[in-house]
Amino acid sequence: MTAAISVSHLNKTYASGFQALKDINLDIRHGEIFALLGPNGAGKTTLIGIVCGIVRPTSGRVTVAGHDIIADYRAARSLIGLVPQELTTDAFETPPATLRFSRGLFGKPPNPDHIEKVLKQLSLWDKRDAKIRMLSGGMKRRLMIAKALAHEPQILFLDEPTAGVDVELRKDMWQLVRELRASGVTIILTTHYIEEAEDMADRVGVINHGEIILVEDKAELMRKLGKKQLTLELRERVDAIPAALAPYRLALAGGGTELIYNYDTRGEHTGITDLLDAVRHAGIKFKDLQTTQSSLEDIFVGLVSRDSGAGR
Amino acid sequence: MNFYGVRAIYTYEMARTGRTLFQSVVSPVISTSLYFIVFGAAIGSRITHIDGVSYGAFIVPGLIMLMLLTQSVTNAAFGIYFPRFVGTIYEILSAPISAFEIVLGYVGAAATKSIILGLIILATSFLFVPIHIEHPFWMLAFLFLTALSFSLLGFILGIWAEGFEKLQIVPLLIITPLTFLGGTFYSTSVLPPFWRTVTLFNPLVYLISGFRWSFFGIADVNVQMSVAMTLLFLAVCLAIVSWFFKTGYRLKN
Ligand SMILES: Nc1ncnc2c1ncn2[C@@H]1O[C@H](COP(=O)(O)OP(=O)(O)OP(=O)(O)O)[C@@H](O)[C@H]1O
Ligand SMILES: [Mg+2]
Repeated sequence: MTAAISVSHLNKTYASGFQALKDINLDIRHGEIFALLGPNGAGKTTLIGIVCGIVRPTSGRVTVAGHDIIADYRAARSLIGLVPQELTTDAFETPPATLRFSRGLFGKPPNPDHIEKVLKQLSLWDKRDAKIRMLSGGMKRRLMIAKALAHEPQILFLDEPTAGVDVELRKDMWQLVRELRASGVTIILTTHYIEEAEDMADRVGVINHGEIILVEDKAELMRKLGKKQLTLELRERVDAIPAALAPYRLALAGGGTELIYNYDTRGEHTGITDLLDAVRHAGIKFKDLQTTQSSLEDIFVGLVSRDSGAGR
Repeated sequence: MNFYGVRAIYTYEMARTGRTLFQSVVSPVISTSLYFIVFGAAIGSRITHIDGVSYGAFIVPGLIMLMLLTQSVTNAAFGIYFPRFVGTIYEILSAPISAFEIVLGYVGAAATKSIILGLIILATSFLFVPIHIEHPFWMLAFLFLTALSFSLLGFILGIWAEGFEKLQIVPLLIITPLTFLGGTFYSTSVLPPFWRTVTLFNPLVYLISGFRWSFFGIADVNVQMSVAMTLLFLAVCLAIVSWFFKTGYRLKN
């Protein structure tokens, strides 16, 4: 099966001479939610812009469901819906009018039922008679999502869709994204709220300084890079870690009432059994224990800072 | 062919006129009426006739051209400049619509508006002077071709302009003077020979002369020449627009 989007050897150098993308190779699978993560200026919007036809590639090739984005741009673009990062809407139109415009622009015959459905999904139906300039910022953001969905795209790009949207509606929005995926829509999103990506994504790509530094199944990524932490809550305070426990490189916390052990889930032996034995032998009693796993955010921050360090 | 796409742009642009009805229709009509009062009545009382045509009637084609040119350029320029300015152009650029179709939508709408406006001004002038149109078909043909060419010119301007000043400077500093110097209110044959030769480098002389010929059968320059120049102008504008889209000039990074 051809990929939903296939990017090969893509480069972009802006007129200013700045190279924003460096030999990007990336395949997006049909029906997945792909989170594209990267710090400010990494090249996420540039990459999305090229796939959608807003930015001209310097070299390389991109296909959408097998259609070349330049030679076969009509077929490629009609499959895509784009929610850009910048809030740019008309001012004097009403939401249904602007959705009708978007739908027409993408070559679809009018369908008032679909427009109504999309506006309801994004909780904008109540505002159907309002001029766009009278909507709040979060409503405008949702309107842009609605516009992108007006022509029933099979691939949806969400470039920071949740910036400026309140918690409640953000949940609704992600629910909608899940429903879209369930109906077969492929979704590529960028966000600086890493926990959202952790919640939503099937796969994660990390881009930094215009280079893809990692593409991985999210669960796999978490498993591979995930550090786990075991915390033992002690019955009695200890002043120092007994010498016998030195090999485990424990940390003492909570004013001497907690012992913290870091281990790697990738390791054959996590060493937990041995550690617990050693703790008992040392005569330390604990009343409770808990484990925590590092989040995607920790992983992301680790990756990007390591990459930046190497780059310098 | 993305028919729905062209229609979306076209109707959007026409709706914009509806919202700015006063600015788009009422104000040109008012200023034309003022021209009639000042030039037709004040000067007309002294000049009375040019080439056997009453002065009031003589200036009608020139006035229509003046409005047609400025309105075509301004409307089309603003139509494409505005989405660039506010950023909504992203949607047009990401849509499965060809450069030709985009131009068709924007320029088609701007030309439609100008033609309607031209006809309104023509109707207005009937209130001031009796006019007989000798070649109605050619009159409409010139109206159409001029509206189309200058809407294209406006489209070019709207893509080229990087600020509102530039957007206003071309109609104000180029189109208006060229129309005035192109025989709007007089026949270029009244000019001394040297200046008459100079006016032949003004493309608007050909348009105004051809248009006036379609009304009264009199012309400053040969009619075939007028038609040829109009078509040439149209071709040049088309070439520039297609170059814009081919290179993504000022539209895509
Ligand atoms: N038109 C342009 N001309 C020159 N450089 C540009 C242009 N647009 C973007 N850039 C540069 O390209 C780089 C990548 O920008 P891009 O917008 O793709 O980043 P991003 O990953 O989307 O960042 P953010 O998270 O802030 O949205 C940045 O360094 C930016 O300054
Ligand atoms: Mg961005």
